[in-house]
Amino acid sequence: MSTTVVNTGTEGKAWGGGNRPLNASYGKMMMWFFIVSDALTFSGFLAAYGFSRFKFIDSWPIADEVFTHVPFLHGQELPMIYVAFMTFILIMSSVTMVLAVDAGHHLNKAKVTLYMLLTILGGLIFVGSQAWEWATFIKGDYGAIQTKGGNILQFVDTEGHRVALRDFAVVEPKERTAHDKTNGLWFVEEGTLPSYTVEEVIAGLETHENILVRTQLLDEHGQKTILSREESLKQLKQNGKAVVEGANLHVNEYGSPLFADFFFFITGFHGFHVFSGVVINIIIFFNVILGTYERRKSYEMVEKVGLYWHFVDLVWVFVFTFFYLV
Amino acid sequence: MGHGHNLAILRGLIKFKSNTQKIWGVLILLSIVTTVEVALGIYKPESLMIKVLGMKLLNWIFIILTIVKAYYITWDFMHMRDETKALRRMVVWTAIFLILYLIFILLQEGGYVFDVYSSGYVKRDF
Repeated sequence: MSTTVVNTGTEGKAWGGGNRPLNASYGKMMMWFFIVSDALTFSGFLAAYGFSRFKFIDSWPIADEVFTHVPFLHGQELPMIYVAFMTFILIMSSVTMVLAVDAGHHLNKAKVTLYMLLTILGGLIFVGSQAWEWATFIKGDYGAIQTKGGNILQFVDTEGHRVALRDFAVVEPKERTAHDKTNGLWFVEEGTLPSYTVEEVIAGLETHENILVRTQLLDEHGQKTILSREESLKQLKQNGKAVVEGANLHVNEYGSPLFADFFFFITGFHGFHVFSGVVINIIIFFNVILGTYERRKSYEMVEKVGLYWHFVDLVWVFVFTFFYLV
Repeated sequence: MGHGHNLAILRGLIKFKSNTQKIWGVLILLSIVTTVEVALGIYKPESLMIKVLGMKLLNWIFIILTIVKAYYITWDFMHMRDETKALRRMVVWTAIFLILYLIFILLQEGGYVFDVYSSGYVKRDF
């Protein structure tokens, strides 16, 4: 490697970049400082989530009623099981990463390769799970009615179990079609129409004696308030404005629109970190296979991307707590 | 480069023979903490619903367990345990101070906005 400058002639010179302040190499220290700034970005998001939650503390959605789905187990209510699985996958991939770093210290190329591969696999499983969770969240399950004031009314039976709109709405022949660019004003578009109209839901509520309206307000036990039969009909007829199915940045059937906004922003920003982490890991993985670090006699690059990867895991631990548990 | 790993965790209560062994030990610890969190989150014991300092005791437990997990990820997976004291303080104290300050002002403000809504000057439910 005659072309590589190994000796810079600045060894031990404090102002020439030659010595290692705090006993850490330049790259590692800068990675730590980047992590600090990124941690502040994430805490900005999470603190903003806390702000909105405190603002609507008496009507915030209950997370384990929202995230109850597990792939391949359709229709079963399994709160948190899947998120716990995702957390475990990410911790596991953190472990394989730190094992890769350890193998790097022993200059064991075969082991570094294997552990890097496992880390990448873990990351891919996590991102895939995240995508599935988003899809389920966007699609929604039960559907709800939005009031004029922007609040969400959900439906339950007399035992308090959630009832989906499709189970009671009385479907009438429909003439309303979605407005799109080709059949009207070319500069005006309309999103997908919900499966039911407010009138159909009202008709359904009138004909089904056992269905009640549930508002977003939390009672002293932390449960959502369920209205009486008369109040249910009154509330729906007076204030019902739009049918909401699933979630987007404007409305969501789970409750406050801010909940969905923060879900998309925080888990999206974290998912983007995981994705970029996987890409960086793949680059380093190929460098390991090509023997770049073997020739360098140092696997410090693995250590640096390892720091980033652990940080992604660290952030998830907090997102998990503040989004799904608290 | 970091060959001199500090192999004791829990203030020297558990000492590991090698770095690899320590990694698996920390994994077991993190898994136990996560399992406890998930179990508490699913069953939500009624006895933990009492309010402590304006928040449910259960939520305080979640936050403390999260910080425990964060500590072990940073200290053992990111090898903060093996860095110099000055680097450790530069990274950790800066972040903790700024984050606590941010959380304090935002939550304070959020509670204030809630009070304005609930004392009836602004109508939101119609």
